[in-house]
Amino acid sequence: MSIKETVSSAHSKWMDGFAPESDVVISSRVRAARNLEQFPFPHLLDEEKAAQVINAVREAVAHKEMVDRVGVLELVVLNELSPLERQIMVDKHLISLDLLLESQKKAVVLREDEVISVMVNEEDHLRIQCLQPGLQLDQAGQLVNLVDDLLGKTLDYAFMEKWGYLTTCPTNIGTGMRASVMLHLPGLVLVGQLGGALNTISKLGLTVRGLYGEGTEAAGDLFQVSNQVTLGQSEEEIISNLTSIVRQLLAQERVARQALYREKRELVEDRVWRAYGILKHARVLSSEEALKLFSSLRLGFDLGIVSDISTGLITELMVMIQPAYLIKMSGEDLPAYRRDVYRAELIRKRMGELNNQGV
Amino acid sequence: MLCERCQQRPATIHLTEVINNHKSKIALCEVCAREIQAQGFGLLPPLSLPYFLAGLLGHGFNAESLEQSDGPEIKCESCGLSESQFVKRGLLGCGNCYRSFAEKLEPLLRRIQGKVEHVGKMPADSLKSDAWLKNEIEVMRKKLKRAIEAEEYEEAAGIRDDIRRMEKQLEQGVSGNVN
Ligand SMILES: [Zn+2]
Ligand SMILES: [Zn+2]
Repeated sequence: MSIKETVSSAHSKWMDGFAPESDVVISSRVRAARNLEQFPFPHLLDEEKAAQVINAVREAVAHKEMVDRVGVLELVVLNELSPLERQIMVDKHLISLDLLLESQKKAVVLREDEVISVMVNEEDHLRIQCLQPGLQLDQAGQLVNLVDDLLGKTLDYAFMEKWGYLTTCPTNIGTGMRASVMLHLPGLVLVGQLGGALNTISKLGLTVRGLYGEGTEAAGDLFQVSNQVTLGQSEEEIISNLTSIVRQLLAQERVARQALYREKRELVEDRVWRAYGILKHARVLSSEEALKLFSSLRLGFDLGIVSDISTGLITELMVMIQPAYLIKMSGEDLPAYRRDVYRAELIRKRMGELNNQGV
Repeated sequence: MLCERCQQRPATIHLTEVINNHKSKIALCEVCAREIQAQGFGLLPPLSLPYFLAGLLGHGFNAESLEQSDGPEIKCESCGLSESQFVKRGLLGCGNCYRSFAEKLEPLLRRIQGKVEHVGKMPADSLKSDAWLKNEIEVMRKKLKRAIEAEEYEEAAGIRDDIRRMEKQLEQGVSGNVN
Protein backbone atom coordinates (compact mmCIF):
# COMPACT_ATOMS: atom_id res chain seq x y z
CA MET A 1 0.00 0.00 0.00
CA SER A 2 1.37 3.42 -0.90
CA ILE A 3 1.28 6.50 1.28
CA LYS A 4 -1.43 7.88 -0.99
CA GLU A 5 -3.66 4.91 -0.20
CA THR A 6 -2.75 5.04 3.46
CA VAL A 7 -3.98 8.56 3.89
CA SER A 8 -7.28 7.89 2.19
CA SER A 9 -8.38 5.62 5.03
CA ALA A 10 -9.30 6.73 8.54
CA HIS A 11 -8.20 3.38 9.77
CA SER A 12 -4.59 2.84 10.82
CA LYS A 13 -3.36 -0.63 11.60
CA TRP A 14 -1.99 0.52 14.94
CA MET A 15 -5.58 1.12 16.05
CA ASP A 16 -6.47 -2.55 16.24
CA GLY A 17 -3.23 -4.04 17.48
CA PHE A 18 -2.98 -5.49 20.97
CA ALA A 19 -3.60 -2.58 23.31
CA PRO A 20 -2.79 -3.07 27.01
CA GLU A 21 -4.64 -0.78 29.45
CA SER A 22 -6.72 0.52 26.57
CA ASP A 23 -9.63 1.32 28.88
CA VAL A 24 -7.68 4.43 29.89
CA VAL A 25 -4.65 4.76 27.64
CA ILE A 26 -5.53 5.48 24.03
CA SER A 27 -2.05 5.58 22.56
CA SER A 28 1.64 5.72 23.39
CA ARG A 29 4.08 7.71 21.35
CA VAL A 30 7.86 8.04 21.41
CA ARG A 31 9.59 10.61 19.27
CA ALA A 32 13.32 11.22 18.86
CA ALA A 33 14.82 14.35 17.33
CA ARG A 34 17.99 13.98 15.26
CA ASN A 35 19.98 16.36 13.08
CA LEU A 36 22.65 15.85 10.48
CA GLU A 37 26.08 17.21 11.34
CA GLN A 38 26.93 18.66 7.95
CA PHE A 39 23.75 20.69 7.34
CA PRO A 40 22.32 23.80 8.97
CA PHE A 41 19.13 23.10 10.94
CA PRO A 42 15.88 23.13 8.88
CA HIS A 43 14.86 26.76 9.55
CA LEU A 44 18.10 27.84 7.83
CA LEU A 45 17.94 25.41 4.91
CA ASP A 46 17.45 26.69 1.40
CA GLU A 47 15.53 24.52 -1.05
CA GLU A 48 18.60 22.93 -2.52
CA LYS A 49 20.05 21.85 0.81
CA ALA A 50 16.64 20.75 2.04
CA ALA A 51 16.48 18.45 -0.98
CA GLN A 52 19.93 17.09 -0.10
CA VAL A 53 18.75 16.24 3.41
CA ILE A 54 15.67 14.52 2.00
CA ASN A 55 17.83 12.52 -0.41
CA ALA A 56 20.18 11.44 2.35
CA VAL A 57 17.21 10.20 4.36
CA ARG A 58 15.69 8.50 1.32
CA GLU A 59 18.91 6.54 0.88
CA ALA A 60 19.13 5.68 4.57
CA VAL A 61 15.61 4.26 4.80
CA ALA A 62 16.15 2.15 1.67
CA HIS A 63 19.21 0.49 3.21
CA LYS A 64 18.95 -3.29 3.08
CA GLU A 65 19.34 -3.80 6.81
CA MET A 66 16.54 -1.30 7.45
CA VAL A 67 14.20 -3.16 5.11
CA ASP A 68 15.13 -6.51 6.67
CA ARG A 69 14.73 -5.46 10.29
CA VAL A 70 12.10 -2.74 10.22
CA GLY A 71 10.28 -3.18 6.93
CA VAL A 72 9.63 -1.15 3.84
CA LEU A 73 9.59 2.54 4.62
CA GLU A 74 8.20 4.84 1.96
CA LEU A 75 9.36 8.42 1.69
CA VAL A 76 7.19 11.07 0.12
CA VAL A 77 7.88 14.77 -0.29
CA LEU A 78 5.01 16.70 1.27
CA ASN A 79 4.16 18.79 -1.75
CA GLU A 80 3.53 15.61 -3.72
CA LEU A 81 0.49 15.11 -1.50
CA SER A 82 -2.63 17.21 -1.86
CA PRO A 83 -3.34 19.68 0.96
CA LEU A 84 -6.17 17.42 2.09
CA GLU A 85 -4.04 14.32 2.18
CA ARG A 86 -1.53 16.20 4.29
CA GLN A 87 -4.23 17.34 6.68
CA ILE A 88 -5.44 13.77 7.10
CA MET A 89 -1.95 12.76 8.13
CA VAL A 90 -2.16 15.47 10.77
CA ASP A 91 -5.55 14.20 11.94
CA LYS A 92 -4.04 10.76 12.32
CA HIS A 93 -1.19 12.22 14.37
CA LEU A 94 1.34 11.00 11.82
CA ILE A 95 2.78 14.40 11.12
CA SER A 96 2.65 17.75 12.84
CA LEU A 97 1.07 20.97 11.65
CA ASP A 98 4.54 22.49 11.33
CA LEU A 99 5.30 20.05 8.58
CA LEU A 100 2.60 21.62 6.42
CA LEU A 101 4.43 24.92 6.08
CA GLU A 102 6.94 25.23 3.22
CA SER A 103 5.97 21.76 2.13
CA GLN A 104 8.42 21.63 -0.76
CA LYS A 105 11.25 21.36 1.79
CA LYS A 106 9.66 18.62 3.84
CA ALA A 107 9.06 14.93 3.60
CA VAL A 108 7.54 12.12 5.57
CA VAL A 109 8.59 8.49 5.86
CA LEU A 110 5.94 5.95 6.69
CA ARG A 111 5.72 2.23 7.26
CA GLU A 112 2.56 0.69 5.88
CA ASP A 113 0.97 0.03 9.28
CA GLU A 114 1.65 3.66 10.26
CA VAL A 115 3.33 2.52 13.48
CA ILE A 116 6.61 4.16 12.42
CA SER A 117 6.97 7.50 10.76
CA VAL A 118 9.80 9.94 10.27
CA MET A 119 9.20 13.63 9.68
CA VAL A 120 11.97 15.17 7.62
CA ASN A 121 12.92 18.86 7.94
CA GLU A 122 10.31 19.78 10.49
CA GLU A 123 11.93 21.67 13.39
CA ASP A 124 14.75 19.13 13.28
CA HIS A 125 16.11 17.21 10.29
CA LEU A 126 14.60 14.01 11.62
CA ARG A 127 11.80 13.29 14.01
CA ILE A 128 11.57 9.53 14.34
CA GLN A 129 8.21 8.56 15.74
CA CYS A 130 6.52 5.39 16.88
CA LEU A 131 2.82 5.28 17.71
CA GLN A 132 1.26 2.29 19.46
CA PRO A 133 -2.24 1.67 20.84
CA GLY A 134 -2.66 1.45 24.62
CA LEU A 135 0.19 1.69 27.10
CA GLN A 136 3.24 0.43 25.19
CA LEU A 137 5.94 2.99 25.76
CA ASP A 138 8.64 0.31 26.09
CA GLN A 139 7.83 -1.18 22.72
CA ALA A 140 7.54 2.21 21.10
CA GLY A 141 10.89 3.24 22.59
CA GLN A 142 12.61 0.09 21.38
CA LEU A 143 11.34 0.55 17.85
CA VAL A 144 12.45 4.17 17.71
CA ASN A 145 15.81 3.07 19.06
CA LEU A 146 16.20 0.45 16.34
CA VAL A 147 15.22 2.80 13.51
CA ASP A 148 17.57 5.41 14.95
CA ASP A 149 20.46 2.90 15.11
CA LEU A 150 19.92 1.85 11.53
CA LEU A 151 19.58 5.40 10.21
CA GLY A 152 22.71 6.28 12.15
CA LYS A 153 24.69 3.76 10.12
CA THR A 154 24.19 5.90 7.03
CA LEU A 155 23.65 9.36 8.48
CA ASP A 156 26.12 11.44 10.45
CA TYR A 157 24.29 12.85 13.48
CA ALA A 158 25.04 16.14 15.22
CA PHE A 159 26.13 14.97 18.66
CA MET A 160 28.26 16.17 21.55
CA GLU A 161 29.38 13.89 24.32
CA LYS A 162 28.45 16.48 26.92
CA TRP A 163 25.05 17.54 25.61
CA GLY A 164 24.00 14.52 23.60
CA TYR A 165 22.00 14.86 20.41
CA LEU A 166 21.96 18.45 19.25
CA THR A 167 18.58 19.88 18.35
CA THR A 168 17.32 23.11 16.86
CA CYS A 169 15.63 24.09 20.10
CA PRO A 170 17.71 23.64 23.27
CA THR A 171 14.64 22.27 25.08
CA ASN A 172 15.14 18.99 23.19
CA ILE A 173 18.87 18.31 23.50
CA GLY A 174 20.31 15.27 25.23
CA THR A 175 18.25 12.26 24.34
CA GLY A 176 16.16 14.34 21.94
CA MET A 177 13.34 12.14 23.14
CA ARG A 178 9.72 12.93 23.95
CA ALA A 179 7.60 10.09 25.24
CA SER A 180 3.90 10.74 25.58
CA VAL A 181 0.65 8.98 26.27
CA MET A 182 -2.86 10.01 25.40
CA LEU A 183 -5.17 9.33 28.32
CA HIS A 184 -8.94 9.17 28.48
CA LEU A 185 -9.93 10.37 31.96
CA PRO A 186 -13.72 10.86 32.09
CA GLY A 187 -13.92 9.33 35.58
CA LEU A 188 -11.53 11.77 37.22
CA VAL A 189 -13.18 14.65 35.36
CA LEU A 190 -16.66 13.61 36.54
CA VAL A 191 -15.72 13.16 40.20
CA GLY A 192 -13.79 16.44 40.14
CA GLN A 193 -10.42 14.96 41.12
CA LEU A 194 -8.58 15.70 37.94
CA GLY A 195 -7.08 19.03 39.00
CA GLY A 196 -5.36 17.50 42.01
CA ALA A 197 -4.00 14.58 40.05
CA LEU A 198 -2.61 16.82 37.32
CA ASN A 199 -1.05 19.15 39.84
CA THR A 200 0.90 16.30 41.36
CA ILE A 201 2.06 15.14 37.95
CA SER A 202 3.37 18.50 36.89
CA LYS A 203 5.64 18.48 39.94
CA LEU A 204 7.22 15.23 38.79
CA GLY A 205 8.94 16.56 35.69
CA LEU A 206 6.06 15.75 33.38
CA THR A 207 3.85 17.96 31.25
CA VAL A 208 0.10 17.49 31.03
CA ARG A 209 -1.90 18.93 28.19
CA GLY A 210 -5.58 19.00 27.53
CA LEU A 211 -7.18 20.87 24.70
CA TYR A 212 -10.23 22.72 25.86
CA GLY A 213 -12.97 23.93 23.60
CA GLU A 214 -14.94 27.03 24.31
CA GLY A 215 -16.37 25.58 27.49
CA THR A 216 -14.48 24.48 30.55
CA GLU A 217 -14.51 20.77 29.87
CA ALA A 218 -11.65 19.16 28.01
CA ALA A 219 -12.84 18.05 24.61
CA GLY A 220 -13.42 14.34 24.88
CA ASP A 221 -11.76 14.16 28.33
CA LEU A 222 -8.47 13.54 26.56
CA PHE A 223 -5.15 14.43 28.13
CA GLN A 224 -1.60 14.03 26.99
CA VAL A 225 1.20 13.41 29.48
CA SER A 226 4.83 13.69 28.38
CA ASN A 227 8.34 14.13 29.76
CA GLN A 228 9.45 17.72 30.25
CA VAL A 229 13.20 17.28 30.36
CA THR A 230 15.45 15.64 27.76
CA LEU A 231 18.92 16.24 29.21
CA GLY A 232 20.45 14.32 32.08
CA GLN A 233 18.01 11.41 32.00
CA SER A 234 18.52 8.28 29.92
CA GLU A 235 15.89 7.07 27.46
CA GLU A 236 15.09 4.15 29.76
CA GLU A 237 14.65 6.43 32.78
CA ILE A 238 12.35 8.76 30.87
CA ILE A 239 10.17 5.89 29.72
CA SER A 240 10.04 4.03 33.01
CA ASN A 241 9.32 7.22 34.93
CA LEU A 242 6.46 8.13 32.62
CA THR A 243 5.11 4.58 32.61
CA SER A 244 5.01 4.34 36.37
CA ILE A 245 3.20 7.66 36.75
CA VAL A 246 0.72 6.72 34.04
CA ARG A 247 0.06 3.49 35.94
CA GLN A 248 -0.79 5.49 39.06
CA LEU A 249 -3.14 7.75 37.12
CA LEU A 250 -4.67 4.70 35.52
CA ALA A 251 -5.41 3.20 38.91
CA GLN A 252 -6.98 6.46 40.12
CA GLU A 253 -9.12 6.71 36.99
CA ARG A 254 -10.39 3.16 37.43
CA VAL A 255 -11.25 3.78 41.07
CA ALA A 256 -13.11 6.95 40.09
CA ARG A 257 -15.07 5.11 37.39
CA GLN A 258 -16.01 2.28 39.69
CA ALA A 259 -17.06 4.68 42.45
CA LEU A 260 -19.18 6.65 40.01
CA TYR A 261 -20.77 3.58 38.61
CA ARG A 262 -21.50 2.23 42.08
CA GLU A 263 -22.93 5.43 43.48
CA LYS A 264 -24.58 6.96 40.45
CA ARG A 265 -25.20 4.02 38.21
CA GLU A 266 -28.26 5.47 36.47
CA LEU A 267 -26.50 8.75 35.82
CA VAL A 268 -23.54 7.06 34.20
CA GLU A 269 -25.74 4.73 32.19
CA ASP A 270 -27.88 7.66 31.13
CA ARG A 271 -24.86 9.55 29.88
CA VAL A 272 -23.58 6.56 27.94
CA TRP A 273 -26.90 5.63 26.35
CA ARG A 274 -27.68 9.23 25.47
CA ALA A 275 -24.34 9.41 23.68
CA TYR A 276 -25.11 6.12 21.96
CA GLY A 277 -28.53 7.35 20.92
CA ILE A 278 -27.37 10.71 19.64
CA LEU A 279 -24.44 9.27 17.70
CA LYS A 280 -26.75 6.72 16.15
CA HIS A 281 -29.52 9.11 15.21
CA ALA A 282 -28.28 12.70 15.04
CA ARG A 283 -28.51 14.57 11.74
CA VAL A 284 -26.07 17.43 12.50
CA LEU A 285 -22.92 16.94 14.63
CA SER A 286 -20.00 19.29 15.21
CA SER A 287 -16.63 17.62 15.76
CA GLU A 288 -16.50 18.95 19.31
CA GLU A 289 -19.88 17.47 20.21
CA ALA A 290 -19.02 14.20 18.50
CA LEU A 291 -15.76 13.97 20.44
CA LYS A 292 -17.62 14.45 23.72
CA LEU A 293 -20.16 11.80 22.80
CA PHE A 294 -17.47 9.35 21.81
CA SER A 295 -15.82 9.96 25.16
CA SER A 296 -19.02 8.86 26.90
CA LEU A 297 -19.44 5.93 24.56
CA ARG A 298 -15.88 4.79 25.22
CA LEU A 299 -16.53 5.01 28.96
CA GLY A 300 -19.66 2.94 28.44
CA PHE A 301 -17.71 0.31 26.57
CA ASP A 302 -14.99 0.18 29.21
CA LEU A 303 -17.56 -0.21 32.00
CA GLY A 304 -19.31 -2.95 30.07
CA ILE A 305 -22.50 -0.90 29.60
CA VAL A 306 -22.38 -1.18 25.82
CA SER A 307 -20.76 -4.15 24.21
CA ASP A 308 -21.50 -3.98 20.49
CA ILE A 309 -18.60 -1.66 19.71
CA SER A 310 -14.82 -1.91 19.95
CA THR A 311 -12.29 0.65 21.16
CA GLY A 312 -10.56 0.30 17.79
CA LEU A 313 -13.74 1.43 16.05
CA ILE A 314 -14.21 4.34 18.45
CA THR A 315 -10.63 5.49 17.79
CA GLU A 316 -11.20 5.16 14.06
CA LEU A 317 -14.44 7.16 14.26
CA MET A 318 -12.66 9.83 16.28
CA VAL A 319 -10.26 10.25 13.34
CA MET A 320 -13.06 9.98 10.83
CA ILE A 321 -15.05 12.87 12.29
CA GLN A 322 -12.16 15.32 11.89
CA PRO A 323 -12.73 17.98 9.23
CA ALA A 324 -10.02 16.94 6.78
CA TYR A 325 -11.11 13.37 6.60
CA LEU A 326 -14.72 14.35 6.01
CA ILE A 327 -13.76 16.55 3.11
CA LYS A 328 -11.72 13.74 1.62
CA MET A 329 -14.59 11.30 1.93
CA SER A 330 -17.14 13.58 0.40
CA GLY A 331 -14.74 14.57 -2.34
CA GLU A 332 -15.31 18.29 -2.02
CA ASP A 333 -14.48 21.15 0.28
CA LEU A 334 -17.57 21.28 2.44
CA PRO A 335 -18.71 24.38 4.30
CA ALA A 336 -18.97 23.93 8.08
CA TYR A 337 -22.69 23.21 8.17
CA ARG A 338 -22.62 20.61 5.39
CA ARG A 339 -19.65 19.03 7.12
CA ASP A 340 -21.61 18.62 10.34
CA VAL A 341 -24.42 17.00 8.38
CA TYR A 342 -22.02 14.69 6.58
CA ARG A 343 -20.27 13.82 9.86
CA ALA A 344 -23.57 12.76 11.44
CA GLU A 345 -24.37 10.68 8.38
CA LEU A 346 -21.02 8.85 8.43
CA ILE A 347 -21.30 8.06 12.12
CA ARG A 348 -24.88 6.88 11.73
CA LYS A 349 -23.81 4.55 8.99
CA ARG A 350 -20.92 2.99 10.95
CA MET A 351 -22.99 2.70 14.12
CA GLY A 352 -25.83 1.16 12.11
CA GLU A 353 -23.57 -1.48 10.65
CA LEU A 354 -22.82 -2.70 14.16
CA ASN A 355 -26.32 -3.92 14.84
CA ASN A 356 -26.73 -5.42 11.43
CA GLN A 357 -23.69 -7.57 12.07
CA GLY A 358 -25.47 -8.68 15.21
CA VAL A 359 -22.29 -8.58 17.27
CA MET B 1 -9.03 41.15 16.38
CA LEU B 2 -6.76 39.11 14.15
CA CYS B 3 -6.12 35.41 14.54
CA GLU B 4 -3.09 34.93 16.78
CA ARG B 5 -1.80 32.04 14.74
CA CYS B 6 -1.94 33.19 11.11
CA GLN B 7 -2.28 36.92 11.76
CA GLN B 8 -4.38 37.13 8.60
CA ARG B 9 -8.00 36.26 9.19
CA PRO B 10 -10.29 37.69 11.86
CA ALA B 11 -10.38 35.70 15.12
CA THR B 12 -13.80 34.24 15.81
CA ILE B 13 -13.01 31.34 18.13
CA HIS B 14 -11.42 31.43 21.54
CA LEU B 15 -9.69 28.26 22.56
CA THR B 16 -8.19 27.44 25.89
CA GLU B 17 -5.33 25.07 26.27
CA VAL B 18 -4.34 23.84 29.67
CA ILE B 19 -0.75 22.95 30.39
CA ASN B 20 -0.03 21.75 33.88
CA ASN B 21 -3.24 23.27 35.17
CA HIS B 22 -2.27 26.61 33.74
CA LYS B 23 -4.82 27.88 31.27
CA SER B 24 -3.84 29.93 28.27
CA LYS B 25 -6.33 31.49 25.91
CA ILE B 26 -5.78 31.98 22.25
CA ALA B 27 -7.97 33.72 19.70
CA LEU B 28 -8.14 31.96 16.35
CA CYS B 29 -9.82 32.19 12.99
CA GLU B 30 -12.01 29.31 11.93
CA VAL B 31 -9.38 27.82 9.63
CA CYS B 32 -6.66 27.74 12.28
CA ALA B 33 -9.03 26.50 14.98
CA ARG B 34 -10.01 23.66 12.69
CA GLU B 35 -6.42 22.73 12.06
CA ILE B 36 -5.54 22.89 15.70
CA GLN B 37 -8.52 20.86 16.83
CA ALA B 38 -7.66 18.29 14.23
CA GLN B 39 -4.20 18.07 15.70
CA GLY B 40 -5.76 17.71 19.12
CA PHE B 41 -2.78 18.75 21.16
CA GLY B 42 0.38 20.68 21.23
CA LEU B 43 -1.07 24.02 20.26
CA LEU B 44 0.95 26.20 22.53
CA PRO B 45 4.53 24.95 22.70
CA PRO B 46 5.57 25.88 19.15
CA LEU B 47 4.02 29.28 19.61
CA SER B 48 5.18 30.15 23.08
CA LEU B 49 8.51 28.37 23.36
CA PRO B 50 10.62 30.94 21.53
CA TYR B 51 9.00 33.67 23.63
CA PHE B 52 9.73 31.74 26.77
CA LEU B 53 13.30 31.18 25.69
CA ALA B 54 13.83 34.72 24.51
CA GLY B 55 12.57 35.85 27.90
CA LEU B 56 15.05 33.62 29.66
CA LEU B 57 17.85 34.57 27.35
CA GLY B 58 17.15 38.24 27.56
CA HIS B 59 18.28 38.07 31.17
CA GLY B 60 21.84 37.02 31.69
CA PHE B 61 22.44 35.53 28.31
CA ASN B 62 23.16 38.52 26.24
CA ALA B 63 20.91 41.53 26.64
CA GLU B 64 23.47 43.42 28.66
CA SER B 65 26.50 42.09 26.82
CA LEU B 66 24.95 43.06 23.51
CA GLU B 67 24.24 46.55 24.67
CA GLN B 68 27.74 46.97 26.01
CA SER B 69 28.97 45.80 22.62
CA ASP B 70 32.60 46.17 23.57
CA GLY B 71 33.56 43.53 21.05
CA PRO B 72 32.10 42.01 17.93
CA GLU B 73 29.06 39.83 18.52
CA ILE B 74 29.75 36.10 18.61
CA LYS B 75 28.69 34.27 15.45
CA CYS B 76 28.69 30.59 14.62
CA GLU B 77 31.44 29.91 12.12
CA SER B 78 29.55 27.13 10.38
CA CYS B 79 26.12 28.62 9.81
CA GLY B 80 26.65 32.29 10.56
CA LEU B 81 23.91 32.51 13.19
CA SER B 82 24.50 35.39 15.58
CA GLU B 83 23.78 35.49 19.28
CA SER B 84 21.01 38.04 18.80
CA GLN B 85 19.35 35.92 16.11
CA PHE B 86 19.37 33.01 18.52
CA VAL B 87 17.84 35.12 21.25
CA LYS B 88 15.09 36.36 18.94
CA ARG B 89 13.77 32.94 17.96
CA GLY B 90 15.20 30.61 20.56
CA LEU B 91 16.52 28.34 17.81
CA LEU B 92 20.11 27.32 17.12
CA GLY B 93 21.37 27.25 13.54
CA CYS B 94 23.44 24.05 13.38
CA GLY B 95 25.23 21.50 15.51
CA ASN B 96 28.30 23.68 15.67
CA CYS B 97 26.29 26.52 17.27
CA TYR B 98 26.38 24.51 20.49
CA ARG B 99 30.16 24.65 20.38
CA SER B 100 30.25 28.32 19.37
CA PHE B 101 27.89 29.43 22.14
CA ALA B 102 28.84 26.72 24.64
CA GLU B 103 29.81 28.97 27.50
CA LYS B 104 26.64 30.99 27.31
CA LEU B 105 24.37 28.05 26.71
CA GLU B 106 25.41 26.18 29.81
CA PRO B 107 23.55 28.35 32.36
CA LEU B 108 20.55 28.47 30.04
CA LEU B 109 20.46 24.69 29.77
CA ARG B 110 20.70 24.40 33.50
CA ARG B 111 17.58 26.50 33.81
CA ILE B 112 15.44 24.84 31.18
CA GLN B 113 16.68 21.28 31.60
CA GLY B 114 17.78 21.19 35.23
CA LYS B 115 20.91 19.22 34.32
CA VAL B 116 23.79 19.85 31.97
CA GLU B 117 25.30 16.42 31.31
CA HIS B 118 23.88 14.05 28.74
CA VAL B 119 23.05 10.58 29.99
CA GLY B 120 21.85 7.92 27.61
CA LYS B 121 22.25 6.85 24.06
CA MET B 122 25.15 7.80 21.78
CA PRO B 123 25.44 7.34 18.04
CA ALA B 124 27.01 3.98 17.35
CA ASP B 125 29.57 5.46 14.99
CA SER B 126 30.78 7.94 17.57
CA LEU B 127 32.29 4.94 19.30
CA LYS B 128 34.20 4.10 16.19
CA SER B 129 35.90 7.38 15.66
CA ASP B 130 39.35 8.01 17.04
CA ALA B 131 38.69 11.73 17.16
CA TRP B 132 35.73 11.15 19.43
CA LEU B 133 37.80 8.96 21.74
CA LYS B 134 40.60 11.53 21.92
CA ASN B 135 38.10 14.18 22.75
CA GLU B 136 36.53 11.95 25.36
CA ILE B 137 39.90 11.23 26.97
CA GLU B 138 40.56 14.95 27.13
CA VAL B 139 37.29 15.53 28.94
CA MET B 140 38.00 12.67 31.34
CA ARG B 141 41.45 14.06 32.15
CA LYS B 142 39.86 17.32 33.21
CA LYS B 143 37.39 15.41 35.33
CA LEU B 144 40.24 13.48 36.89
CA LYS B 145 42.04 16.67 37.76
CA ARG B 146 38.91 18.09 39.40
CA ALA B 147 38.33 14.90 41.36
CA ILE B 148 41.88 14.92 42.68
CA GLU B 149 41.63 18.56 43.64
CA ALA B 150 38.42 17.83 45.49
CA GLU B 151 40.19 14.91 47.19
CA GLU B 152 37.61 12.47 45.85
CA TYR B 153 40.12 9.70 45.40
CA GLU B 154 37.69 6.87 44.93
CA GLU B 155 36.06 8.66 42.03
CA ALA B 156 39.45 9.64 40.65
CA ALA B 157 40.53 6.01 40.60
CA GLY B 158 37.44 5.10 38.61
CA ILE B 159 38.06 7.85 36.12
CA ARG B 160 41.68 6.79 35.74
CA ASP B 161 40.58 3.25 34.90
CA ASP B 162 38.21 4.63 32.28
CA ILE B 163 40.97 6.71 30.75
CA ARG B 164 43.31 3.72 30.60
CA ARG B 165 40.65 1.63 28.94
CA MET B 166 40.00 4.31 26.34
CA GLU B 167 43.70 4.85 25.66
CA LYS B 168 44.08 1.14 25.08
CA GLN B 169 41.13 1.23 22.71
CA LEU B 170 42.73 4.09 20.87
CA GLU B 171 46.02 2.20 20.51
CA GLN B 172 44.32 -0.89 19.14
CA GLY B 173 42.48 1.23 16.61
CA VAL B 174 38.84 1.22 17.53
CA SER B 175 37.64 0.98 14.00
CA GLY B 176 39.10 -2.48 13.80
CA ASN B 177 37.10 -3.63 16.81
CA VAL B 178 33.68 -2.89 15.46
CA ASN B 179 32.28 -5.58 13.18
ZN1 LIG C 1 -5.77 31.96 11.62
ZN1 LIG D 1 25.74 27.29 13.69
